[in-house]
Amino acid sequence: MEQLISISGGLLYASFVIYLIATVLFAATIRDKRKEKKFSLINKLAIGTTILGFLTQLGYFITRWMASGHAPVSNMFEFVTFFGMMIVLAFIIIYFIYRLDILGVFTLPVALLIIGYAAMYPRDITPLVPSLKSHWLWIHVTTVALAEAILAVSFVAGVLYLIKNINQSKSTARTKWLEIIMYSLFATLAFVIITTAFNIADYEATFEYEVDNNQVEIEYHLPAIFGPKDGELLTEDRMDAWLPTPEWMRGAEAPRKWNTLVWSLAGGLVLYLLTRLILRKRIGAALQPTLKKVNLQLLDEVCYRAVAIGFPLFTLGGLIFAAIWAQEAWNRYWGWDPKEVWALITWFFYAIFLHLRLSRGWHGEKSAWLAVVGFAIIMFNLIVVNLVLAGLHSYA
Amino acid sequence: MKCGHCGTENQTGTAICNNCGQPLDNKNETKLLNMRYDGAAIRSKTRNKSFVDKVWNFFSSVKIGVTLIAIALIASALGTVYPQQMYIPPTVNPSEYYEQEYGITGLIYYQLGFHELYSSWWYMLIIALIGISIFIVSIDRGVPLYKALKNQNPKRHPSFIKRQKLLSHTVHVTQEEKEQFIERLKKKRYKIYEKDGHILAEKGRFSRWGPYVNHFGLIVFLIGTLLRFVPGMYVDEFLWIREGDTAVIPATNQEYYIENHDFIMDIYGQDEEDEKFADALEQTGSLVPKNFQTDVTIYKDDAKDVVGAQPELQEVQSGSIRVNQPIKVAGLTLYQDSYQQNEFQSMSFKLHEVEDSDEVAIAELTVDLTDPNKEYQFDNGYTIMLNEYFPDYTMENGVPRSQTNFPRNPGFVFFVYPPGETDPEVSFLAIGQNIPGDETNNYKLSLTGFDVRDVSGLSVKKDLTLPIVAIGAIIFLIGVVQGMYWPHRRMWIHPQENELLIACHTNKNWYGLTKEFEKLTDGTPIANVVDQETDTEMEPDK
Ligand code: HEM
Repeated sequence: MEQLISISGGLLYASFVIYLIATVLFAATIRDKRKEKKFSLINKLAIGTTILGFLTQLGYFITRWMASGHAPVSNMFEFVTFFGMMIVLAFIIIYFIYRLDILGVFTLPVALLIIGYAAMYPRDITPLVPSLKSHWLWIHVTTVALAEAILAVSFVAGVLYLIKNINQSKSTARTKWLEIIMYSLFATLAFVIITTAFNIADYEATFEYEVDNNQVEIEYHLPAIFGPKDGELLTEDRMDAWLPTPEWMRGAEAPRKWNTLVWSLAGGLVLYLLTRLILRKRIGAALQPTLKKVNLQLLDEVCYRAVAIGFPLFTLGGLIFAAIWAQEAWNRYWGWDPKEVWALITWFFYAIFLHLRLSRGWHGEKSAWLAVVGFAIIMFNLIVVNLVLAGLHSYA
Repeated sequence: MKCGHCGTENQTGTAICNNCGQPLDNKNETKLLNMRYDGAAIRSKTRNKSFVDKVWNFFSSVKIGVTLIAIALIASALGTVYPQQMYIPPTVNPSEYYEQEYGITGLIYYQLGFHELYSSWWYMLIIALIGISIFIVSIDRGVPLYKALKNQNPKRHPSFIKRQKLLSHTVHVTQEEKEQFIERLKKKRYKIYEKDGHILAEKGRFSRWGPYVNHFGLIVFLIGTLLRFVPGMYVDEFLWIREGDTAVIPATNQEYYIENHDFIMDIYGQDEEDEKFADALEQTGSLVPKNFQTDVTIYKDDAKDVVGAQPELQEVQSGSIRVNQPIKVAGLTLYQDSYQQNEFQSMSFKLHEVEDSDEVAIAELTVDLTDPNKEYQFDNGYTIMLNEYFPDYTMENGVPRSQTNFPRNPGFVFFVYPPGETDPEVSFLAIGQNIPGDETNNYKLSLTGFDVRDVSGLSVKKDLTLPIVAIGAIIFLIGVVQGMYWPHRRMWIHPQENELLIACHTNKNWYGLTKEFEKLTDGTPIANVVDQETDTEMEPDK
């Protein structure tokens, strides 16, 4: 058993490295200066490596399932990792339809960021409480993850469309919003880097504070910029908190989560500003030349096609399967739990997307912005709803 | 509106003659035809006089539909800012809770009624308006579109052909070449309609009904959710049942009974196979439940219809109710919902003299806590009366009272009558308390033992709306797939003396259509289509 778990962990790690290599290979395909578009060796190598990475991660998934005895999609680490894996799968599928290399250069890093983000959660195999013991749980969760992954591809295609289409010769609201998208990717990267760094350094500081008249202890793994309100530092030789966590941050471990968020946002800002200092132009402007050879219409088509596939799949997994499971576990198919409500919001949003596109002709850039907002809603549901608006589904 | 070419009478607002396809908007000779809804007259686009017309037009606008969905989206999001009332602790008073927990914004949230947002009249109104909008839009556009597509004339007016987006124009085509083309169309599963040598090739018409099917599914779904308010469609009862007890199942008209043999709660960490979770369990620091289960037998009362008769219980089924594994009986579903462990079942006491350091029992009694006796008489002449009993005792402003009717923390006031006495000695007993009514009491009651048992909370549900809601959802999905994944393609083959005109139309994916046309005409002299919108020959790369 122990062995199986360590094999599983090794496979996940290996897949991460393989995806990194695949990203580099895809980047090499667009550096390819030759005019005529061909499916040459480098393309084959790039997609082949991606598939190898996917199979390796599938190996992680299967071995972990064998070790734990239930589908490994039952806590934050497992779900987010699986989501990353589904993004790679969605990319592979879309790649075989459209053969769009540039999509690989940008989708694989998003998958890597997400898997990196997952790795920051506790990685222990967790037991299932009775209400989670249903086949419908993993059927529901895996379908949702795949649907959201396909919608993530529409996000990437949308962002590429924006990078290519937005006029970078002067600063406008559109260039600013594009930079905000870029910044949020940097903030995620900062989160992964900072958390990993302090993990390796084994940083630990314990605070004691009061919740509902009980003294509780909370363990920080990052230096506390924001500590618990009226908290007391118990560990010696550690930096005491500078500021108290605002009161509206609620739920279990709220001060620690808030502190991590602030670290990530600040770290993201540093990374972003450094990059801009080096590039001496907007990130969007710096990326624009890499898309010279890409057909805008094709990006628009990929962006829409991904929604056309993702929307019914999301309806099936996120609403219908979810309802069947809720009916079995809590005898009501819908309970207005925050997580459920945000799934409904996601569904409403993509319904709006389709109507604006099909009935009111919102193609091209408008459609691309909508794809970005849609993905922002999905990430909001995955991160903020879990951390702040905790409900029945909150894994963390 | 009379067609100038064939004389057919068309409804006002028709853009393309239903019969011959002559465009009726003669003004724009050069522009491409608007093929939305095949040029049929849409009610909302043609009438705007009466009040009904105005309401109709309001709801059949996609702009309004999308706005309504956007409003529903924002309203739904508002409801997640703070927890809804059903997710706050049931014992607290919401009018204080929101302010206490979230301050002034919490108070406003509560006062605006956002703590019960999803059952508020205005939220339901938004959803209802969306339903109405879907219904009206479907009729407004679906019916004319259906009529237009049902009666298609393969022979179209030349200006209809020439004003299509994609047009192929070939000067000389032999009969064989034309027939070869038609053969290929048939192989690609086009349906061929002919009139006077004019041909319409069509495929995928069914996909045009996709949006109407999916909207119909949504309406079925919404109606399904409304039916819950119809009596008899929906039952939601709750049953607390103690181990060893048999109780009537609610909503069965006293016909079915359930016996609780045993309530079981398992936790992780007691089995060898749970070892793999050791790290995670240590992290959590609290007990993680593994299984909640009630072993039950269900009986039917055969003597139910006999007036005044004792129930005659016939066993119907035995089994376990677990979370995620409910039991079904008589159209109802029984779910494991809650539990109460170690509720007191009985308590035993002995009577002894206060002075007796050995506490030798003068009398012993056991009180059944769910059905206590009032009086206990003993052969040696002693009598003990249970004057007051508080199943769930608490002190409030110096007065004892019971919080609930469940024996969770029993408290007793006993009157002890020694032989021949008429004035009792009073004693008060509760867990950890033994208070004599008087300092001069000669006798004392002491707890000698107790029995406990578990109580299981089962929810009893019936929901006849489920099949309707499920069918609505399935219809919705079918409609989405039907509309999204197949294009509706048509080609009109129009011979003109020596020449051949072919006009092509699709409702989506024009690129795919040009590609298909290329394949169909490969090796024939038929020219590639020209996109008349951009005036370019479409040459998809092979
Ligand atoms: C949340 C509810 C709704 C959902 C999920 C939904 C979904 C859809 C979908 C998937 C399509 C098909 C797009 C295609 O493949 O062509 C569609 C089309 C359409 N929807 Fe909705 N819809 C909703 C509400 C509405 C409302 C309220 C209206 C009212 C104005 C409306 C009007 C339309 C129209 C006019 C079309 C195009 C029909 C056509 O092309 O003939 N929908 N809808």
